Amino acid sequence: MSTKASRSAARLMLAPAVILLLGWMLVPLTLTLIFSFQRYLPLRGGFQGWVGFENYVRFVTSSAFWPSVQATVIIVGGVLLITVTLGILLAILLDQPMWGQGIVRILVIAPFFVMPTVSGLVWKNMFMDPNNGLLSHLWRFFGADPVIWLSDASMLSIILIVSWQWLPFATLILLTAIQSLDSEQLEAAEMDGAPVLSRFWHIILPHLSRAVTIVILIQTIFLLAIFAEIFVTTQGSFGTRTLTYLIFQRVLESQNVGLGSAGGIYAVILANIFALFLMRIVGKNLDR
Amino acid sequence: MARTVRTHRKTLNTALAWGIGLMMFFPILWTMLTSFKTEAQAISDPPVWFFFDWTLENYRVVQERSNYSRFLWNSIIIAGGSTVLGMIIAIPAAWSMAFVPSNRTKDILLWMLSTKMLPAVGVLYPIYLIFIQLGLLDTRIGLTIVLMLINLPIMVWMLYTYFKEIPGEILEAARMDGAGLREEILYVLTPMAIPGIASTVLLNIILAWNEAFWTLNLTAARAAPLTAFIASYSSPEGLFYAKLSAASTMAIAPILILGWFSQKQLVRGLTFGAVK
Repeated sequence: MSTKASRSAARLMLAPAVILLLGWMLVPLTLTLIFSFQRYLPLRGGFQGWVGFENYVRFVTSSAFWPSVQATVIIVGGVLLITVTLGILLAILLDQPMWGQGIVRILVIAPFFVMPTVSGLVWKNMFMDPNNGLLSHLWRFFGADPVIWLSDASMLSIILIVSWQWLPFATLILLTAIQSLDSEQLEAAEMDGAPVLSRFWHIILPHLSRAVTIVILIQTIFLLAIFAEIFVTTQGSFGTRTLTYLIFQRVLESQNVGLGSAGGIYAVILANIFALFLMRIVGKNLDR
Repeated sequence: MARTVRTHRKTLNTALAWGIGLMMFFPILWTMLTSFKTEAQAISDPPVWFFFDWTLENYRVVQERSNYSRFLWNSIIIAGGSTVLGMIIAIPAAWSMAFVPSNRTKDILLWMLSTKMLPAVGVLYPIYLIFIQLGLLDTRIGLTIVLMLINLPIMVWMLYTYFKEIPGEILEAARMDGAGLREEILYVLTPMAIPGIASTVLLNIILAWNEAFWTLNLTAARAAPLTAFIASYSSPEGLFYAKLSAASTMAIAPILILGWFSQKQLVRGLTFGAVK
C-alpha cells in the first residue's frame, strides 16, 4: 500500500524519537553499570579503582538492605491491596444509577491530580500532626490519646497517603472497564434471579480481571519508585526507607556512587520483571 | 412497586457515593478552607469549618516572602516546554507508526514503553553528573529536556492509539486524488487528529506539572518549580498551616481543573491504550 518514498519518510519521522529514547536509556544506564563496578566516592577523592562485584555484594549484605526490601514490599503490597479492593467496589458503585454522578466522579478522582509533595505535606501536617492535626483533634474528641502517626504508625501512614493518591487511578480504570461490560448480560442474569454476589463473582469480576491485572502492574511500577511522599514526610526514618529511598541516600546523601549504582542496577532489574508482564499484556492488545 | 424499589436503591447509591466522594475530596477541601484562615484558626481545636474571618493574607504573605510567582513561572515553562517539545518529536513518530507500519512497529512501541519503566533512581547519578558537566543543573532547559524524555513514551503511545482510529481509507482516497505527503498531513490528518493531540497535551502537562523526582533532585533555587517550592515547607518555622495551605492551593488548583477535563484520556494514556 505504502510507497517506497513514504516508507523512508516514515522512518525519518520516527528517527528522532527512537534516537532520543535510545540515548536516554543507554547513556545513563551504561554509566550506572560502569560506576557499579567502581569504588567511587566523589567527596573523597573520586574514582578509587575497580572492585568487581564488591558493591553488589555489599549492597545486599548491608544492614539496611533487607529492611528496605521489607518496607518496599509492605508499602507496595499495602497500597495495591487497598486501591484494588476499594477501587473495584467504588467502580461498581459509581456505575450504578444515581444523582450527580459526574460530580461524584470528579470528587473521587481529584486526589490523583494533587502533586506528591503537596499531598505528603498536607497529610503530614494538617492531618497526622500529633498536636495540631485534624486526626489528633478527632482522637481527643473521643477521649483517646492522639496517635503519633508518622513515627509510631509510620508504615500505615505512608500507605494511607499513597493509597489516597492512587485509589482514583484504580477506580477510574476499573470504572472504564466496567462500563464496557455488556449490560444485557447483567440484566439477563438479574432476570434469572442470580443474586448480587453471584453476579459480582461470575460476571463482573471475570470481566474485570484484565483491567485489574493492568492496574496492578502499572501501579507496581510507579509505586516501586515513590519518592516525594517519603522525602517530605519521614525522610526514610521509622522503617519507611524503601529500596528507592535507600539508593537515593547512597548516591546523593552519602555520595557513595559505586554502592548506590549497584543498588540502582538491582532496582532496574526489579522494575523490568514487572515491566515484562505488563508489556506482554499491552503487546497482545496491539495485535487485535 | 418496582419503580419505588428502583428509586429507593438510587437514593441509597447516591448517598453512599456522595459520602465516599466527599471523603476522598475532603483533604483538598480542607486545604482550600485552611488557606483562608488565620494561623491561629488553622490549628484551633475544635476546628472551625466555614464560619471564620475569611482572609487573603496567607496568599499575600506566600507571594511576598517566597516570591511564589517565580516558582509558578518555572512550573509553567517546564511543564509547557516539555510538552511542546515532546509533541514535536512524538507526533511524527506516532504518525509514521500508525499509518506506515512496518513489521518492527510493535517491537519499537513496546521498547519505548520499556524505557518509561526504567526506575529514575537507577540513573540518578549519571544524569546528575551529565547535568553538572553540561551546566544544566538547576536550569529550566535541563529539567524541560528530562521531563520531555520521561514522558515521550506516553506521548507517542497515546497519539498512536488515537491515530490508529483514523480510518486508512480516507488516506488512500486522498492519495488517489493526488495529495502528497505534506497535503495529506496538513489537510486530511491534522483536523482528524486534533482531539487526540489535545488530549495528549493535556495529560502531559498534568504529568509534568506533578513530577516530583527529577524536579526535586535536579533543581535548587533558580529553576525550582512548584513541587520543589512546596517541599521547602517540610522544615517549617513557627505556625505555617494556613500558609502551607495557600501555597498548596495555588499549586494544585490549575492542574485540578485541567485534570477534570482529562479523566477519559487519563485512562487511555496511563494504560498505554490497553483500557479504553
